[in-house]
Amino acid sequence: MFPEFGQFTLVLALLMAAAQAFFGLLGPHLGNHRYMGVVRPAVAGQFVLVSASIGVLIHAFVSFDFSVEYVANNSNSALPTFYRVAAMWGAHEGSLLLWGWILALWTLAVAGFSRNLPASFASRVMGVLGVVSFGFLLFMLCTSNPFSRLPAEMIPADGRDLNPVLQDPALAIHPPLLYMGYVGMSVAYAFACAAMLEGKLDQTWARWTRPWTTLAWCFLSVGIALGSWWAYYELGWGGYWFWDPVENASFMPWLVGTALIHSLAVTEKRGLFKSWTLLLAILAFSLSLLGTFLVRSGVLVSVHSFAADPSRGMFILGFLIVMIGGALGLYAWRAPLLKSQAGFEGTAREAFLLYNNIALVLAALVVLIGTLAPLVNDALGLKSISVGPGWFSRSFPYLAMILLALVAVGIHSAWKRGRLGEHTNRLWIGVGVALALGLAVVFVVFGAGKWQSTLGIVLGIWVIVSSLFDPIDRWRRKLTLSRAVIGMTLAHIALGVNVIAISTVESYTIERDVAVGLGESVTLGRYAYRFDKLEPMEGPNYDGVRAEITVLRDGQPVTVLHPEKRNYWVARATQTEAGIHSSPGGDLFVALGEDLGAGRWSLRAQVRPLIDYVWLAAGLMALGGALAASDRRYRSRQAAEGTTAATSTAQAT
Amino acid sequence: MNRFILPVAVFLGLAALLYIGVRHSPGKNDMPSALIGKPAPAFELPVLGETTRKFSTHEFAGKPWVLNVWGTWCVACREEHEDLMKIAAQKRVPIVGLSYKDDDAAATDWLNQLGNPYTVVAVDKEGRTAINFGVYGAPETFLIDAAGLVQYRLAGPMTPEIWQREFLSRIGGGGPR
Repeated sequence: MFPEFGQFTLVLALLMAAAQAFFGLLGPHLGNHRYMGVVRPAVAGQFVLVSASIGVLIHAFVSFDFSVEYVANNSNSALPTFYRVAAMWGAHEGSLLLWGWILALWTLAVAGFSRNLPASFASRVMGVLGVVSFGFLLFMLCTSNPFSRLPAEMIPADGRDLNPVLQDPALAIHPPLLYMGYVGMSVAYAFACAAMLEGKLDQTWARWTRPWTTLAWCFLSVGIALGSWWAYYELGWGGYWFWDPVENASFMPWLVGTALIHSLAVTEKRGLFKSWTLLLAILAFSLSLLGTFLVRSGVLVSVHSFAADPSRGMFILGFLIVMIGGALGLYAWRAPLLKSQAGFEGTAREAFLLYNNIALVLAALVVLIGTLAPLVNDALGLKSISVGPGWFSRSFPYLAMILLALVAVGIHSAWKRGRLGEHTNRLWIGVGVALALGLAVVFVVFGAGKWQSTLGIVLGIWVIVSSLFDPIDRWRRKLTLSRAVIGMTLAHIALGVNVIAISTVESYTIERDVAVGLGESVTLGRYAYRFDKLEPMEGPNYDGVRAEITVLRDGQPVTVLHPEKRNYWVARATQTEAGIHSSPGGDLFVALGEDLGAGRWSLRAQVRPLIDYVWLAAGLMALGGALAASDRRYRSRQAAEGTTAATSTAQAT
Repeated sequence: MNRFILPVAVFLGLAALLYIGVRHSPGKNDMPSALIGKPAPAFELPVLGETTRKFSTHEFAGKPWVLNVWGTWCVACREEHEDLMKIAAQKRVPIVGLSYKDDDAAATDWLNQLGNPYTVVAVDKEGRTAINFGVYGAPETFLIDAAGLVQYRLAGPMTPEIWQREFLSRIGGGGPR
């Protein structure tokens, strides 16, 4: 297959996207049904064409076509097949193509599942998605063509190899999952734009939008967790979060997305917060785009590609201005028309969700400020005011604690009238259990730590206990437990677990960086790490050394860890593979540092209690979201059709 | 009404900031380096093709010179090679090549085939010197002035335009010597 074929299908896909955008938006405007009829075929065609492009690029990777510059830069004949496929999205150009393909996939799903929606609305949604896709495909073709060829005399005999950091199974699934989340937010964005164009936003709209948003949020959760886990065991730093711009870029849409799914709940149940929901839908996707901009334009972080030209940053910026500026402009014009009729009391569930929303958006803002601060300093010519991890750890945890307290209290409140009085006993039982259990855990099991951690653990338990009252109550009264309720409960429990895990890790981790020789040990609390053996090893495209480290607990051997240090031949990079032993109580972690000569090595040894629950909780959260998104009321045909029927059932629940 | 316009206004402010950001960093070439204005890390390394001689940065004390980090394994280095040859022909400043994590035989072959723009090539097999310079990939080019201070860092391939705009302007002085 010629690489040019992939480029050709990409150009055709661009034309399809243009048709999709043009007819999708103009059709409803003119009331022309023939125009609208073009949209779905265009969506399907675009998906087939972008898929073909991806197929061609993967084929180029698998068949070692080093005449393609992107392949030459990111692959090597010694690279195992699995990573040759994953290498397709290992760098800038290919990851953009993956982005485009995933957008085509989401759009296809929207096209397939929107047949119950009014034709003009569905057409507008797909039209907006067409604009997004058009911009991305154009960007790819103009500045980041993955299919561009090297001149004959520059074709290397072998490729430069994939960045060794990325040669890991998690790489194969992390970016696609993360992109499913990022790009999935475009569906909520398109629904919001379509609603503003229609000038109509009711509770049915929220009902249509909710499952899409929740699903995208699930992918984002899993994607972020996977990236964090990957950084933990592959980068050898031993932490789970580093407030790195790339991490922040995925975290901001998650925070706003979380606010959005809760705000949508209010809009669906009570017809309130309409303009706020719209704004969040726009913001969630805007932050996804901004993340792409920050990561890809080289404004903040140095990316590994040298074939960079400044036009990339400018192009994405222009694209941002059109997509975000356009949507916010539309918002300024149309949102005032959407009045919410009902009111609510300050302790009603609506109110708590609003406070939560504010806390989440503030948290996103904190992250945004921290991420953009270097840029502001640069633009204003200030000498770098350090906004490092300190900024985040000084501000974020406190906002998170406020948020948790709001969750724990808000769960008990009812819609419309907040008779918290009815549930005062629940409130006190929750607080009591959390305090008793939390303090017991802290002081009996772990021993006193930072006060923030103690508070975090108590709050985490409080959230878990609080979220159990309602489902248990329903179960005892033999009421049906809908998937929505189970999913929500699961996600809230997961939040609690996550917070407990993070608090514990932050306070009770023991870490030591030491130099040891063979046979020597390093002690961490009750554990001792003994450096037993060091042997050479060889992999498909690397060689290196492998250490054998026996971990003893109170003198009894617990496990044997095998951290590795690899030298990748072609990329000429060394890569650490940490040795990790996971157990329900936590991780025993060791990474090989530098060869200090004379048989001595520097070791990074850590005991991290409960760290795996940080990621497990994220998975649980996503599972909860997926359950909620698959709730019966989103699948039933009737619910989507009759606005009045839907509204009345919504109010009944 | 105002509260609905606020988001777009905030966004436009942010966009302006990002615009300045993009303008400030033309591509990734003009990479800020912690070394700018600071003394270049001194090093002493074996010279490519000569088993006995070592190159030391002291040899260029008192005059400006250029350090070019390259490797035969790097496609972009091949791209800039022709331009480096032209620049070397101007004989404005000595260009020191830093053979970065490379195979000596491959490096020698490369220079024999494509020409040698370097006054001298130092061999940095482990990449330790490159780490001291904060190199994160090849090619990278540093301009060191007569006082031994790093004046400019280029990450990515050299072009005649960049040479003219960023390097020659900083070297100053008259025409070719």
